[in-house]
Amino acid sequence: MPRPGRINEKSKDFKGSMKRLFNSLSNWRYILIIALFLAATGSVLSIIAPNRLSSLTDVITDGIKPNTKNIEVISKKIGSNFTESKMSKKIPTIMIDKTIKYEDIQKFMDISQKMSTTKDKKEQQKLLLEIPDSILIKLIDDIEVENTKISSKDQVKFLKIMSKMDNNETKSLKYFDKLPKSIYNLIKPTIDMKKVYKMSIILGIIYLLGVLFNYLQGFLMATVSNNFAKKLRTDITNKINKLPLKYFDKHETGDILSRVTNDVDSIGMNMNQSLGTLVSNLTLFLGSIIMMFVTDWHLAITAILSSLLGFVFMFLILSKSQKYFNRRQKELGELNGYIEEIYSAHNVVKAYNGDKIALKEFNELNDKLYYSSQKSQFLSGIMQPIMGFVGNFGYVAVCVVGALLTMNDVITFGAIVAFMIYIRLFTNPLSQIAQSMTGLQSTAAAAERVFEFLDEKELSKEKRIKHLDKSKVKGKIEFKNVKFGYTPGRMIIKNFSAKAEPGQKIAIVGPTGAGKTTMVNLLMKFYEINAGDIIIDGINTKDLTREDIHDLFIMVLQDTWLFDGTVGENIKYNKKDVSDREVWEACRTVGIDHFIKTLPGGLDSKVSDNDAISQGQKQLITIARGMIKDAPFLILDEATSNVDTRTEELVQKAMDKLTEGRTSFIIAHRLSTIKNADLILVMNEGNIIEQGTHDELIKKKGFYADLYNSQFEL
Amino acid sequence: MFKLFKNFSKKDILLIVISISLIVLQVFLDLKLPDYMSAITRLIQTDGSKMSDIIEKGLYMVGCAFGSLITAIVVGYFASRLSASFSRTIRKKLFEKVESFSTSEIKKFKTSSLITRTTNDVTQVEMLISMGLQMMIKAPIMAVWAILKIVDKSIEWSILTGVCVVVLLLVVGILMVIVIPKFKLIQKLIDNINGITRENLTGIRVIRAFNAEKFQKDRFENVNDELTKIQLFNQRAFAILFPMITFSMHALTLGIYFIGALLIEKAMMYDKILLFSNMVVFTSYGIQVIMSFLMLALIFMMAPRSEVSANRINEVLESEISIKDGNYNKDTKEKGTVEFKNVSFKYPDADEYLLKNISFKVNNGETIAFIGSTGSGKSSLINLVPRFYDATDGEILVDGINVKDYTLEALHNKIGYVPQKAVMFTKTVMENVSYGDNGKKELTEKEIKKAIEIAQGKDFVEKMEDQYNSNIARGGTNISGGQKQRLAIARAIARKPEIYIFDDSFSALDYKTDKVLRTELKKNTKNATSMIVAQRIGTIMNADKIVVLEKGECVGIGTHKELLKTCEVYKEIALSQLTKEELENA
Repeated sequence: MPRPGRINEKSKDFKGSMKRLFNSLSNWRYILIIALFLAATGSVLSIIAPNRLSSLTDVITDGIKPNTKNIEVISKKIGSNFTESKMSKKIPTIMIDKTIKYEDIQKFMDISQKMSTTKDKKEQQKLLLEIPDSILIKLIDDIEVENTKISSKDQVKFLKIMSKMDNNETKSLKYFDKLPKSIYNLIKPTIDMKKVYKMSIILGIIYLLGVLFNYLQGFLMATVSNNFAKKLRTDITNKINKLPLKYFDKHETGDILSRVTNDVDSIGMNMNQSLGTLVSNLTLFLGSIIMMFVTDWHLAITAILSSLLGFVFMFLILSKSQKYFNRRQKELGELNGYIEEIYSAHNVVKAYNGDKIALKEFNELNDKLYYSSQKSQFLSGIMQPIMGFVGNFGYVAVCVVGALLTMNDVITFGAIVAFMIYIRLFTNPLSQIAQSMTGLQSTAAAAERVFEFLDEKELSKEKRIKHLDKSKVKGKIEFKNVKFGYTPGRMIIKNFSAKAEPGQKIAIVGPTGAGKTTMVNLLMKFYEINAGDIIIDGINTKDLTREDIHDLFIMVLQDTWLFDGTVGENIKYNKKDVSDREVWEACRTVGIDHFIKTLPGGLDSKVSDNDAISQGQKQLITIARGMIKDAPFLILDEATSNVDTRTEELVQKAMDKLTEGRTSFIIAHRLSTIKNADLILVMNEGNIIEQGTHDELIKKKGFYADLYNSQFEL
Repeated sequence: MFKLFKNFSKKDILLIVISISLIVLQVFLDLKLPDYMSAITRLIQTDGSKMSDIIEKGLYMVGCAFGSLITAIVVGYFASRLSASFSRTIRKKLFEKVESFSTSEIKKFKTSSLITRTTNDVTQVEMLISMGLQMMIKAPIMAVWAILKIVDKSIEWSILTGVCVVVLLLVVGILMVIVIPKFKLIQKLIDNINGITRENLTGIRVIRAFNAEKFQKDRFENVNDELTKIQLFNQRAFAILFPMITFSMHALTLGIYFIGALLIEKAMMYDKILLFSNMVVFTSYGIQVIMSFLMLALIFMMAPRSEVSANRINEVLESEISIKDGNYNKDTKEKGTVEFKNVSFKYPDADEYLLKNISFKVNNGETIAFIGSTGSGKSSLINLVPRFYDATDGEILVDGINVKDYTLEALHNKIGYVPQKAVMFTKTVMENVSYGDNGKKELTEKEIKKAIEIAQGKDFVEKMEDQYNSNIARGGTNISGGQKQRLAIARAIARKPEIYIFDDSFSALDYKTDKVLRTELKKNTKNATSMIVAQRIGTIMNADKIVVLEKGECVGIGTHKELLKTCEVYKEIALSQLTKEELENA
């Protein structure tokens, strides 16, 4: 089912994206081909079936009409029995027949008298039938038709019944049913039941195969599209790990997220439905045209012409409704955005008496949505009835023309029956084809977005020239004439040099947005420096891999990032062979052991659904995680906003513990804690504008001194 | 669901009645079609039929089909108007209701849930009305009528049709039982996929720092595998549905023909033709019957989801608003005073009091500050003044009058409130600052610019592309947190209120900006009263009164100097932020 709420986006390069899409499907090439083949075959079957059904109908109709040939033969033979010469020979024997009543002979004589006076043949026939039966049966001989003896008695009965018949065929059938057995059996229509059985079985098999093929097709397409979607998701996740951080600083999380879920979903869903539908309906459409022409070209042209107008209508409506549909989606999005904004700002809207304006603006958007949604619904709703009408109109056209042709014996009735079905087979696929085309369009659009992401430039591959053993690193780090800028032409760190001895504490201060995270980015080699060197224990970081450098650092950041696992898993994070004892040890050092013990599951409690874990406690967990990692360098972002005073103290103590014996870089928010730092780097607007110890910087009366003093004044 | 339908207007109900009669007409016409079809068939079959007869019947049939088309279009038009206007009405009612909510109702429902109720849930119900209403009316009429038309024609065929319907419904039923529970699971797994990807993105620095890329990848693949597996299962199961539907129709046709052949063979000649044309007719009616039942099954599949949505909408519409408007909107003798008299507060339905017995008074032009650890009740206290909540016990007087006596509009006109999290609207800077209505004249451009200048926003606003007319992106994503906070403060200043309420509104500002802003504010709003909640000692040190809260109780009121001597909690907080010497130096 296509998801509601998504705009049918147009792709920028439909052909290119589709080509690329099919190329990336190469793993499932054979399954795909089989599935599409099955789709086509299924359609072919549903085209063949009506033909068979029409033959079956022909067999049945053949068994309805009385055997007119036999009627003619019988009539002729009986007629020849009634010639004057034949009858006059019989008269003498009748006269002496004692079984005949006298009155009857009397009557016979009268009638023969009358007959001889009239010349009118019809009148003669009428008079003939007035001859009493007892005589009449003696007048004629028994006859034989197709080895069946028809007694003179039956012949008389036949004549009497036939004489009552008029031109009304249905009524005449009623008289047929009263015919004597000998004749009835001769003219009774019979259905060739053997043929019926055979054809029914064949049809049954065709239909069963149809289900089977269609189902297999659906099954295989589901397999391909889901596995493909899975692969795309995996690819995107892998890609995330290979992209430089620069990418994520520039792109919103929501955007990437929607590629993983919405876009991939849309590709999977649409591919699953559209591709199969497109192939089977195209086959159906073309096949039914071919079959119609094969069956009879007159009717085929009739069918196509009569549907043409409907198709024109349909495409007009389709393009219109698509327009309104897109507009509806856009307006729905705008309205939803507005609702979200106002609801989230509820307090402000209330406190500023903004309700009236909000309602006015809401009504405007709501009205707009009403119009486009009404129109799009109306237009898409009448597609079905129009197609139905086109089908019915075609039906009548085919019937009228077909009747004309059957009367002239150009085609059989069965052909008309077949066309009744062809006309539906022919009109139905078009709307489906149109639908699956728009489906493929959105597939292409979504694929473009996914491929665009997968094509982003990855981190450069690096060679491990040198290796630093984590356990042997002393912790000396030196910046030599480092230059760095996020955008090529704009250096924000110009020629920065500094030196940190093992165990020293370097503080980074500055107002919000001053670029303190830049230092983290450079230290961790998240970004490459443009010029200069960063040297760890005498080894240039350029010669080390990113992974090696990451191993040397403990990083505790302000946003307390924990993954959706248990507390224990989060503390051990990615480190194998950590015993629970070591985890508890780290927790004790950080001072969170008591708290974890109060959680219902202890170390095994889930982080996500636990309201009991506060922001500050989460921060403590990340510090414990750093403890477990145990590396010679430390990067610490000490912001503890929204943490109550008690926890704040705990966090502070834990952080102090963590800095012991490590060369640490501390992003400081509270100036009081860094007064004893060995080096303070003061940053503003991306630059390192001052560096030195607290006392030096205060004496300088520069930016730092200003910043420091401002916290005591009002 | 039916409760919601009460929202149909009289005009709507008239439309529904007309639609129903039109649908009856449509069904009549639709069911007339097979009659003409069989008549035409018979005519073609019979030798010697006149062409003019066939054309006549054909014209009747086209006429019926056209009539059916016209009614369908008219009904479709009505239905689209009905559903679109219905959802418009419901949305509007919901919006108005939520607007009138107090914070406690918002908290009860949660903002995100209210948003989905106003958007998705309404769309869900709309979908049922636009598609379902027609089907719901048409399907039963169609089914009953079609059955009536054919049931006397032949027992054998009727039984066959019945079997087809039952088999089809069984297939649909089994599918629903198997698949529907999995759909919920899929939703959860998609949430998980989203969750882990979000994790990968937000934690990208940590993940790389720990070289944990593979760790995360494995976690993702687990969910990815599971999602694919279940989705595959569902889609494979569903793949049987449409082939089954087509098959059942084909099987029905074939079955009718086969049985027909047997019956015709046995019948008398006169009955044969009758049977044959009945057979053709029966096929089309039989398919109509199956289709009607399928439509009904579809509605039953759709209905539960819409039902849930309808209930969620009703919950909002029916919930009572806890804050009742007062009626005082005249001038007051006092200006800019706020007094708490033995105020206690707990959330409705909560057991524990968040605030206990708080009393203080702040006079015109004074600044009062509130400090305490998280959960101490600072924000709750300040939220009682603009009546986001009502005090459970005690009373709050603004300008000497109980806040409950004011009309909300009059009360809010006295207040300039700046929330913890700065709120931006997708409007221009100018419109954002002049937001709302303060019961006075509309703000001039000069006043707005002045307010932004006081709030220390002039520099960055003038650096923006269109300066004061620059658009703020949804959620204010194109400006930083500190900039948002400055504009939010400017919004309060532009209002020229008697009382400012700053709910921890300076947290995203650095010390320097914080200081300059407060100095400027003080200079420009000499007659206004300020109520400030803050975390930083530096922000509130110079307030006229500082209220120290601890677990909802007031543990000290006084100036900074007094509290340092008398209040242990205050001293503790102060020392956690500044050293002893620094405190003394200040």
